[in-house]
Amino acid sequence: MIRPDAELLLDITDLHASVEDQPILKGVNLQVRAGEIHAVMGRNGSGKSTLSKVLAGHPAYRVTAGAVRYCGNDLFELEPEQRARLGVFLGFQYPVEIPGVSNLEFLRVATNARRLQREQEELDTFDFEDHVRDRLKVVQMDPAFLERSVNEGFSGGEKKRNEILQMALLEPVVAILDETDSGLDIDALRIVAAGVNQLATPENATLLITHYQRLLDEITPDYVHVMAAGRILRTGGRDLALELEKTGYDWVDKELAAQGVA
Amino acid sequence: MASSVLEPVQQRGREALQRLGLPTRRQEAWRLTDLKRLAALADLPLSASPAKAEQPAVATGVLRLRLDGLGDPLEGVTLPEGISALTESELRQALGHTLDRCGCADVWPVELNHACSRRVLALRVRGSVPPLELLQTGSAGLTATRVLLLMEEKAQLDLLQVVTAQADAAHSHVLEVHLGQEACLNHGLLALGDGSASLLAHLAVEQEPRSRYALTSVMRGWSLGRLEPRVVQVDGQATTTLQGLAVSDADQQLATHSSVRFDGPEGELDQLQKCLAAGRSHSIFNGGISVPRAAQRTNAAQLSRNLLLSDRARVDTKPELEIVADDVRCAHGATVSQLQEDELFYLRSRGIAAGEATALLLRGACLEVIRQLPDQAGIWSPLERVLEGLAT
Repeated sequence: MIRPDAELLLDITDLHASVEDQPILKGVNLQVRAGEIHAVMGRNGSGKSTLSKVLAGHPAYRVTAGAVRYCGNDLFELEPEQRARLGVFLGFQYPVEIPGVSNLEFLRVATNARRLQREQEELDTFDFEDHVRDRLKVVQMDPAFLERSVNEGFSGGEKKRNEILQMALLEPVVAILDETDSGLDIDALRIVAAGVNQLATPENATLLITHYQRLLDEITPDYVHVMAAGRILRTGGRDLALELEKTGYDWVDKELAAQGVA
Repeated sequence: MASSVLEPVQQRGREALQRLGLPTRRQEAWRLTDLKRLAALADLPLSASPAKAEQPAVATGVLRLRLDGLGDPLEGVTLPEGISALTESELRQALGHTLDRCGCADVWPVELNHACSRRVLALRVRGSVPPLELLQTGSAGLTATRVLLLMEEKAQLDLLQVVTAQADAAHSHVLEVHLGQEACLNHGLLALGDGSASLLAHLAVEQEPRSRYALTSVMRGWSLGRLEPRVVQVDGQATTTLQGLAVSDADQQLATHSSVRFDGPEGELDQLQKCLAAGRSHSIFNGGISVPRAAQRTNAAQLSRNLLLSDRARVDTKPELEIVADDVRCAHGATVSQLQEDELFYLRSRGIAAGEATALLLRGACLEVIRQLPDQAGIWSPLERVLEGLAT
């Protein structure tokens, strides 16, 4: 939903970032307002995943120039856990397995960290169980997964559902979903997409990082951005994704060559 | 019990110690050991007074026996049906048999125990019996305890050994277990020192076919800790599970030297050894598996996972597989790592502060082994005690 007067949640200006001294992001500009769904597309190595990790604060990525304002704060002044508590959520492309740590306990600690920030009451074990069982419905997840270790032995689809379950519990302001569609069959994709749609409100925003158009059949974006060589090369509406599906990314090379980048 | 049985054993031990002298670095099994601490341990006088350690009340239905190397653990105790003390002649016949079978009767720590043990707790187990707890404590000086367990055919037991020691004391322990056919022993060893005491524990286990032996060992807080589980499947066809956790801190040195030998076909082993090393501590694991020609169709898996919690901590891990039989599956692996950056970031990205995330990961790493302890271990709060004061 595009409302020009809606609150500006995320304001990315000329963002440059490196990993192991290799520049990856080379001047990203992007504005995300409340109520909007943005899709960021692009080939492997275009910088999509780096953008998501930089926003969430992964320590392996170094910001070398530019700025990001999040709800009026300087995002880079905040530790990763502070960003999460203030409502930045990253849905991982490869959710991490943590043997020995119970999924239920992990979800409870995470939920309470966010609730404390919002001056809500912490949930004890019993109240949290009721709360999480209700939220499980968003992703049609089997409660048995709560008893297991975090993501351990989960299939690809189960891991992604667990990510969206975390999103449902943390109620983020800006959710960045990094290739949430990868490794999902069509049924799992629909369930995950339905979950994301259900969680989208006029007050929050979603950034979908994806390779393929098929996720966008399920979640309709307001904006589609095409990333290449660490920058956003083109921005359009939903049609841009459909055009990409038809023509592929070959035009990207031409455009980069014309700009003298490639 | 039975000083007439032990006198020749003590004599033998004293002579052997004279003959062997202290282990040296030239001996492979002692190459990495802090020999100064071993020498200090060997010089300690035998402890002369019983320890006054605080202990949690034992759970209903669990039989607790106290071993301090001095008093009779069976004094005033009514043994439940199915558990009985060995007679002197039975003891004479059985004592040392499993040590011989496991090939460790004449190694230095066992000879030290021979020389110093003044009592043996020797029990026979028939049928399914209530859980047993052996609470092994020691006061200043060297405490030596020795236990012999004969599990008859189809016998079933949950056994928890709790070893504690304080302030420059040392504990020498030797356990012999014979598992008859289809017998099942779920064995936990909770060795919790105060950081300055030392421990040498030797567990010799002999398994008849179709028996099941599961050892879960947790070692924490010893200046010098050395645990040596030695298992022999006498005719193969048995199941062995070894799960170990050693958490070292400060300048402690904790070592686990395990050996499993299959003297027959179709034996199974599942082994996981985890070490967490913090401070300037040193963690050692040596995992021997021997599969001679007779042990066809053995299925063994050994995994050693080590976590370095400080730049100055050190881990040495070595699988030692000796495989002669050709139709076997023997998998082994070892990893040494620091706390995974990706795991930490995942937790932090969910609003969990770095310190709390680290604690959660350490808890998880320990729990993987601790939750395998027999249920009766709960009263000792093993997870809390292992994590207490762990500096990262």
